[in-house]
Amino acid sequence: MAETKPKPKLNKKAVEMAKQDPKVRAKNFSEVALGYTEAEAQEEANRCLQCPNPLCRQGCPVEVPIPQFIKCIKEKKYAEGIQVIKTKNALPAVCGRVCPQESQCQAKCVIGRMGEPVSIGRLERFLADWERDNGYQLPPKEASTGKKVAVIGAGPAGLTVAADLVKLGHEITMFEALHIGGGVLSYGIPEFRLPKAVVNNEVNYVQKLGVDLRLGNLIGRIHTIPELMKEGGYDAVFIGSGAGLPQFTDCPGENLGGIYSANEFLIRVNLMKAFQFPEYDTPIRIGKHVVVIGGGNVAMDCARSSMRLGSSVCLLYRRSRDELPARHEEIENAEEEGLVCKFLAAPVEFYGDSKGWVKAMKCIAMELTEPDARGRRGVKVVPGSEFVMDVDTVIIAIGQTPNPIIQRTTDGLQNDPRHGTICVNEVGKTSLDGVYAGGDVATGAATVISAMGAGKRAAKAMHEYLTNKK
Amino acid sequence: MYKIVSKTELVPKIKLFEVEAPDIAAKSHPGQFLIVIHGEKGERIPLTICGYDTKKGTVSFAFHEVGKTTKDLGKLEQGQEIDNITGPLGNPSEIKKFGKVLCVGGSVMIAPLLLQSKAMKEAGNHVTTVLGARSEPFIMLEDEAKKYSDQVYVATDDGSKGYKGLDFLKELLTKEKFDRCVVMGPVILMKDVSEITKPYNIPTMVTLTPIMIDGMGMCGVCRVTVEGKMLFGCVDGAEFDGHQVDFDELILRQRTMLPEERLSSVLADMHGGCKCGRNKA
Ligand SMILES: Cc1cc2nc3c(=O)[nH]c(=O)nc-3n(C[C@H](O)[C@H](O)[C@H](O)COP(=O)(O)OP(=O)(O)OC[C@H]3O[C@@H](n4cnc5c(N)ncnc54)[C@H](O)[C@@H]3O)c2cc1C
Ligand SMILES: Cc1cc2nc3c(=O)[nH]c(=O)nc-3n(C[C@H](O)[C@H](O)[C@H](O)COP(=O)(O)OP(=O)(O)OC[C@H]3O[C@@H](n4cnc5c(N)ncnc54)[C@H](O)[C@@H]3O)c2cc1C
Ligand code: SF4
Ligand code: FES
Repeated sequence: MAETKPKPKLNKKAVEMAKQDPKVRAKNFSEVALGYTEAEAQEEANRCLQCPNPLCRQGCPVEVPIPQFIKCIKEKKYAEGIQVIKTKNALPAVCGRVCPQESQCQAKCVIGRMGEPVSIGRLERFLADWERDNGYQLPPKEASTGKKVAVIGAGPAGLTVAADLVKLGHEITMFEALHIGGGVLSYGIPEFRLPKAVVNNEVNYVQKLGVDLRLGNLIGRIHTIPELMKEGGYDAVFIGSGAGLPQFTDCPGENLGGIYSANEFLIRVNLMKAFQFPEYDTPIRIGKHVVVIGGGNVAMDCARSSMRLGSSVCLLYRRSRDELPARHEEIENAEEEGLVCKFLAAPVEFYGDSKGWVKAMKCIAMELTEPDARGRRGVKVVPGSEFVMDVDTVIIAIGQTPNPIIQRTTDGLQNDPRHGTICVNEVGKTSLDGVYAGGDVATGAATVISAMGAGKRAAKAMHEYLTNKK
Repeated sequence: MYKIVSKTELVPKIKLFEVEAPDIAAKSHPGQFLIVIHGEKGERIPLTICGYDTKKGTVSFAFHEVGKTTKDLGKLEQGQEIDNITGPLGNPSEIKKFGKVLCVGGSVMIAPLLLQSKAMKEAGNHVTTVLGARSEPFIMLEDEAKKYSDQVYVATDDGSKGYKGLDFLKELLTKEKFDRCVVMGPVILMKDVSEITKPYNIPTMVTLTPIMIDGMGMCGVCRVTVEGKMLFGCVDGAEFDGHQVDFDELILRQRTMLPEERLSSVLADMHGGCKCGRNKA
């Protein structure tokens, strides 16, 4: 419902972005949010006050020059606008879609004090999509430095480092364990939030910059980091291997059929396109009554994918609605599509039928405890409150930790044994000379933009390191 | 892209590919496996390494045409290329001088088992190899087995060649003392052999074949229960202590996608494996 009134001085309401109707979209995997038209983008861009001291930019982890690109939209200089963004952010089509702007740039926008902030994310997406439709412009590249860098993992962190360093003239080889690049953008976030065509474009762009992407190369097995640096002749290494190891609940019966980790479910559905089985070869078996355990973005993505596969879905979360870590917009979208939430409950045991398929689960009620010194409320079980639910599919979305394969095969690489993360300093340097790390592997599961921010900082530090290295 | 440098039909429906993959060959060890994916719409399937040649830069694997993906692979010819092969994955088997080693292989897994026999022999062991299959036409690589073993036994389910069933193993174990047993084959074979060796306290290593997708610890579909603990077949294995594995759970977990696998396989047969929009039919 785009605003049609003649433009007032300051419109307190943002221009809405068209979405697919909830009833229709709950049955398909096409993108939910449809993007701004040129007219809508113009209207929204005109709400920006072009503050001389823009607060929005401070809220952006990679400091995109926000008012400058919005000005380009106002002036219809789209090609220029996208270059402005790309000075700081190599993946605007992705960030425009999945960044939590409501808690970053848009949370700081001054207009937010009087009404709705400028829809920075939607404008960013508008420019990125414009570029996709109108052809890419490759940025200039510096002369070759003769230095070789290995980047491990083709997720947002790795792609950022690779793009930044290749532009500075270094020779980059990116090793990706899976057969498709993009990291979580490809295997985790579903098509209806982030179309894979968009991700492929971004990966192709980085390849066009001259990065050599080697798919199906699991570092730790095919090469180790010490081997890359010695025999491989790499001058520096960046580890952007993410947090891909699924956590389980440890409840009895967890190995029954029909119980998936969020990663298995999402890898089948997104990466392997099981929603198009049998046209695609990888299947997914899903019942009518799905329970998703967890409350983050990952849980929401599992729930919304399940509904699209024709199931009714109940989200089981051990805290209350107020503590749900998922983005507000995603919870709203999911509920519009039919999600039912059960708060303050946790699984205890899973029961199977004679064929080893899950048929029911026992849960227990939880209650919130008083906030601790840091203001975070814990939970404790309510004794004697067990209850049993009939289910035929369970998806466990209670978190991921970094895969230990690199840590185990790299002597002297310091890591935090409690979280499985690799220890780094503020610019991403690890305990080993020439070895840097960033993104989820260093922070634990976080966000796309924080992974990119870490990539930016590491690329800068690595460039300095390479420049000073003989 | 991984070029097929040779293709051999070992017995009906079991093929051996040798592919050009110098990086993988350089790092391969007995007991490790590959994830093979072919075609834009293909699935990722795990196949055990059954040979590698670092000089030629090749690795080999044998596969049984049981479903859609393996049938599709079987149609590729020498000189053609496979889209992606990831590996080596999983932990190498423990190969050292144990003394007397009993290697038991069933069906298609005879091919990778012989790599174990060979490595065990080279490590100075006395090697006894048992080849098992449904019936005579499916017993393969017998000459190969003789090259690497001090003795070779053959057994079939129906007795059409060699011993009938596995009962002869019990006799063998009462007569000879073995220090280690390695089994590769259908889960039921690994289960049976583990039960047979248990009373004799022969450490028995089995290569588990749960359903896998990524093969590197990301999805957890390959989880197995060993000594009451949840482990991942791909990164904690694929080799495990056969006396500690919950085989019955593994058998149930292997069947979780059976109806879908059957559908895929039937469609593949109907359409000769092409992707001609058969889903629209
Ligand atoms: C379902 C889901 C939904 C999400 N939704 C959002 C959202 O809406 N907004 C948001 O901001 N964030 C979201 N996130 C979080 C965000 O996607 C991650 O924080 C981000 O992708 C981390 O980037 P990364 O580059 O550190 O790692 P990843 O994206 O995990 O990429 C790591 C890559 O490294 C590869 N790799 C791992 N080990 C090796 C190895 N040994 N050798 C070679 N390659 C290796 C992996 O295969 C992978 O491709 C979501 C996450 C998930 C799982
Ligand atoms: C670590 C590991 C190593 C393996 N090594 C080999 C090998 O060297 N040679 C070989 O031929 N096969 C091997 N397998 C089994 C092989 O991966 C499957 O046969 C293959 O995935 C079948 O794919 P498909 O699409 O052709 O058949 P599908 O349609 O997927 O399955 C067809 C039939 O095969 C059975 N099946 C499916 N997956 C497996 C599995 N993982 N294990 C056993 N049976 C299965 C199904 O129950 C079904 O009856 C291995 C499996 C694992 C996990
Ligand atoms: S704070 Fe808001 S109004 Fe100011 S420049 Fe940023 S987006 Fe525009
Ligand atoms: S195959 Fe996915 S974790 Fe083992």
